[in-house]
Amino acid sequence: MAIKLMQGNEACVAGALKAGMRFYAGYPITPSTEIAEISAEALPKVGGKFIQMEDEIAGMAATLGGSLAGLKSMTATSGPGFSLKQENIGYGIITETPCVIVNVQRSGPSTGLPTSPAQGDILQARWGTHGDHSIIALYPSSVKEIYYTTIRAFNLAEKYRTPVILLLDEIIGHMREKIEIPENDDVEIIDRKVPTCPPEEYKAFKVKEGDIVPEMAGFGTGYRYHVTGLVHDETGFPSGNELVADKLLNRLIDKIENNKDDIVTYDEYMLQDAEYAIISFGAIARSAKAAVDHLREEGIKVGLFRPITIWPSPDKQLLELGKKMKKIYVIEMNAGQYFLEVDRLAGKHTTVEKYGKINGEIITPEDIVSFVKEDQNA
Amino acid sequence: MDRWELRLSGSGGQGLITGGIILAEAALMDGKNAIQSQSYGPEARGGASKAEVIISNDEITFPKVENCNLLLSLTQLSCDKYIKELNPEGILIIDSSVEMPERDDIKVYRIPILETAEEKMKKPMVANIVALGAIFKITEIVSEESLKKAILARVPKGTEELNRTAFKEGCDLIK
Repeated sequence: MAIKLMQGNEACVAGALKAGMRFYAGYPITPSTEIAEISAEALPKVGGKFIQMEDEIAGMAATLGGSLAGLKSMTATSGPGFSLKQENIGYGIITETPCVIVNVQRSGPSTGLPTSPAQGDILQARWGTHGDHSIIALYPSSVKEIYYTTIRAFNLAEKYRTPVILLLDEIIGHMREKIEIPENDDVEIIDRKVPTCPPEEYKAFKVKEGDIVPEMAGFGTGYRYHVTGLVHDETGFPSGNELVADKLLNRLIDKIENNKDDIVTYDEYMLQDAEYAIISFGAIARSAKAAVDHLREEGIKVGLFRPITIWPSPDKQLLELGKKMKKIYVIEMNAGQYFLEVDRLAGKHTTVEKYGKINGEIITPEDIVSFVKEDQNA
Repeated sequence: MDRWELRLSGSGGQGLITGGIILAEAALMDGKNAIQSQSYGPEARGGASKAEVIISNDEITFPKVENCNLLLSLTQLSCDKYIKELNPEGILIIDSSVEMPERDDIKVYRIPILETAEEKMKKPMVANIVALGAIFKITEIVSEESLKKAILARVPKGTEELNRTAFKEGCDLIK
C-alpha cells in the first residue's frame, strides 16, 4: 500500500494511465494545466503519445482521432476551452467515439475569473453540444475519488462508446490530499469490444444481438469503414432516411438512459433518519458534509445526498428524496443549475431551495449552516 | 492539538508551497490526515502568496483554512493581509523584518528567518526550511523524524546537507 500526498489533477492522470490512456491531445488552460503537463511527461514512458494542438477545438478533434485509431484518449480543459470543444463532443457522440473530456471548472462566462473556482458548467456538460443526445458526466469530491472516477470515466466511455465528461473543481484539482493506492490494484478495466468477423463482413455501426453498442475496429487494423457526423446507417455511410435517423438517434440516447442502473452512482450521508436533505457535489459536498455534522449537533435532522454521476441524473433517487424529505436544499457554486434538475423531480413532492455563490469564493460550511438555519427559522 | 490549520505566507518564490507540501507529507508519515493548498494567479508571483496546510487525526472535509491557529509571515505585506484571520490564542511566526503587529491575544515569535538563510547560510532559497525548523520547534506538529525524512525527499539531490543544516538553524532560532 503506497500512501501519497497527491494533487487532484495528478490523481486524474494516474487514474487515466491505470485505465489505459495512451493518447492525450489538448491545449493547456488553468486550472487544468497540470493534467496536460503530467500526461506529456508520463505518456511517452508507457508507449503513449501526447500532442499539444493549436487550440481546444483541434485538441478535441485529435482526441477523437486517437480513439478511432484504437487508443484510449483523453483531453482536459476549463470553461472557455470546454465551450470550444462542444461541436466536436457532438461529433464524438454521433460517431460513438469513446473518450474522456476533463473540465476543471473555473468562473465564467468567458474568461471570467481564470483562477477562481466555480461549478458553472453543470448544464453545459448536459446540453453544451447541439441536438438531441444523452451524455455521461461524473463529478468526484476528493483526490482519491478523482483517481477512481477517472478510471470509471474511461470504463463507461469504452462500454457505451461515448464521450464521458469528468467535471472537477479547481479546489480539488489544485489541492494535495492523502491517497492510498494498493500495490496490486485489481480495479476493473473495461476495453471496447473489437470485431472478430472478417473485415469484408464488418458493419461498423450494427449492434449485435445482446450487445449495447457496435463493435469498434481501430483504424489501420484492416477494417475499413466510414465515419461521419451525418446521420448514418449500419455501414457508416450517410443517410437521409427518417427510419434510419429515428433508429440511430434514439439508440444513442437509449444506450445511456436505459442503463442508468449501471451508470448512476451517488453517496449518502446521515440520510437514514433525516427530515431535510442537502444536495451538493464536488468540492462543495465537502463543505456540505461538515455543515451536516454541525447542524446535527444543533438537533436539526439533516443529511447529504451527493450525486457522483451528474448526468444522467439519479432520477429515481431524487424522486424518492422528494417523497421523504420535508425540504431539500441544493447547494452549488453557481446560480442554480442542478437545482433545476432536483426541482423537476423532487419538487413534485417537496419544497426545493437553492443556495449558490458565483463570485469565485468557495461556499464554506458556515455559509451552509447559516443558510439552513435562517430558512428553518423563517 | 487534534486539528492544526496553518498558513505559510510571504512572497512568491520563497518556497512556501514546497514548505507546505513537506509539512503535509511529514504528517502523512506520522499516520495523520493532511491537506495542502495554495493561492493561484497573480498573487502567487510577487505580492502576498500563501500555502495552507491542515493536519488532523480525523477526516478533513472542508479543505480550506477556516480557523487559522498558526500563521507564518515572511513579508510585511503578507502579515498585514492574513493577520486578521489568525485565531485568538493563535501562533504568529514573523521574520524579523516584519513589524510587531498590534494584537495582544496571540503568541508572537519574531525571528531572523530570512537573515539566517541569506547572511548566515548564504543560500536565500533555504528560508522555507529554516522556517520549518522554527515551526517544528514551537509546535511539534509532526515528528522530527518524519519532517527530516519529508524534507530530504523533496529537496533537490546534492542539497541534502545544506537543508539539514537549514532545518537545525531554524530549530535553534527558538530557545
